[in-house]
Amino acid sequence: MPVLVPTTLRETLVALDDHPSATLLAGGTDSMVEYNEGRARPSDTVIALSRVAELRAWRHDPAEATLRVGAGVTWTELMEVPPAALVPALAEAARTVGSPQIRNTGTLGGNVATCSPAGDGLPVLSALGATVQLASPEGERSVPIDELMIGVKRTALRPGELITAVTLPVLEGWQGYAKVGVRNAMVIAVASVCVALDREAGTAAIALGSVGPTVLRAAEAEALVVAAIDWETLAIPDDTLTRIASLVSAAAQPIDDHRSTADYRRHAVGVLTRRLLGRAQSTGVTS
Amino acid sequence: MTAEHFVLHVNGEDREVLDSWLGESLLSVLRDRLGLTGTKGACEQGECGSCSVLVDGDLVCSCLVMAASAVGQRIVTIEGVAPEGAPDDVQQAFVDAGAVQCGFCTPGLIMAVHSLLGRRPHPTDTEVREELAGNVCRCTGYGRILDAVERTVQVRERR
Repeated sequence: MPVLVPTTLRETLVALDDHPSATLLAGGTDSMVEYNEGRARPSDTVIALSRVAELRAWRHDPAEATLRVGAGVTWTELMEVPPAALVPALAEAARTVGSPQIRNTGTLGGNVATCSPAGDGLPVLSALGATVQLASPEGERSVPIDELMIGVKRTALRPGELITAVTLPVLEGWQGYAKVGVRNAMVIAVASVCVALDREAGTAAIALGSVGPTVLRAAEAEALVVAAIDWETLAIPDDTLTRIASLVSAAAQPIDDHRSTADYRRHAVGVLTRRLLGRAQSTGVTS
Repeated sequence: MTAEHFVLHVNGEDREVLDSWLGESLLSVLRDRLGLTGTKGACEQGECGSCSVLVDGDLVCSCLVMAASAVGQRIVTIEGVAPEGAPDDVQQAFVDAGAVQCGFCTPGLIMAVHSLLGRRPHPTDTEVREELAGNVCRCTGYGRILDAVERTVQVRERR
């Protein structure tokens, strides 16, 4: 059978060992479009990952304050509690992905592997400081998401390597995701932002999507948030919010393309950041 | 190109698929190999929802499912929701509400409504709109489709 459908991680790794150049198929929502249009072909062996039990599971570790999400967990599953309550920004991003049909098949691991500049999960993973677990017949390794994403649809995954999980910290604070598209449903992000405020560590993260080859961080804006925020109420003075928004816009490296213009995208990430920080403040003390 | 041979479980029956090409979509196999042409194909990139079917109970775009990866899963197409000539409640509500015009999007929408009402028997208007957001209709303007969902909910309440 050229299409293998393993049900355990062990079987998957054995299959990868037997067929090192196999095509790994996650939800198929990106790759099937390529195959349908004849722009790409799978290699002679396909390993379908959608029924690998370990990849479909998530695990909350309260002692470590982490959520480990299997690479095959779907967007629909991420929209549901408990994961949605533990990493709400990821649930918000999940809800903006495609349609119910796409969310039922598309996976977090697939989003990372495709590494589109517009991937909805990626700004969230960057802002939260996720690590990605990889496995191959040779062994396992763990890579910070910002090191794994190296360019437009390019990752630091090695040949024969499989994404098994994404581990996210469960933060005490506030987090949110917002995106601009041409309508409310079924859209690829024209610009997107994830803001994460970590009250315990006293840190702020602002990650931008669709305004660079891969996710960008607005480091100067993050520093200004930390300097200006009231950690009790998450309030930031209005004039500082304006400066933060312009620092975010300055950090963007957008391009003109068929979906939008660079100018609009640069403006939009500033507006989205301001909007998210406003939401953080209005939701107040509890996250 | 590799010819593939596998068995799919469609509408309660095991169906043998011969000579599928590697990477062929479930949509293409349903229509061109199994003759189940009720499922429509249009965009083949998951944007339009006209190819919606249920796989193990989940609503999916069959154009984005690699057919050979669905072996052993329960596939339900529009042909499987009711016997021929005896429309089920969702199909009847679409007829009663005038929610069918050219009809191309209808099979996918019927599958989407089944999926929605199976999980949420009393959806809010916002939930209906969000849940049907993946099914594009270019004729009706959606008003009568939303009406058909409401009619189905009412019919099921009276049962």
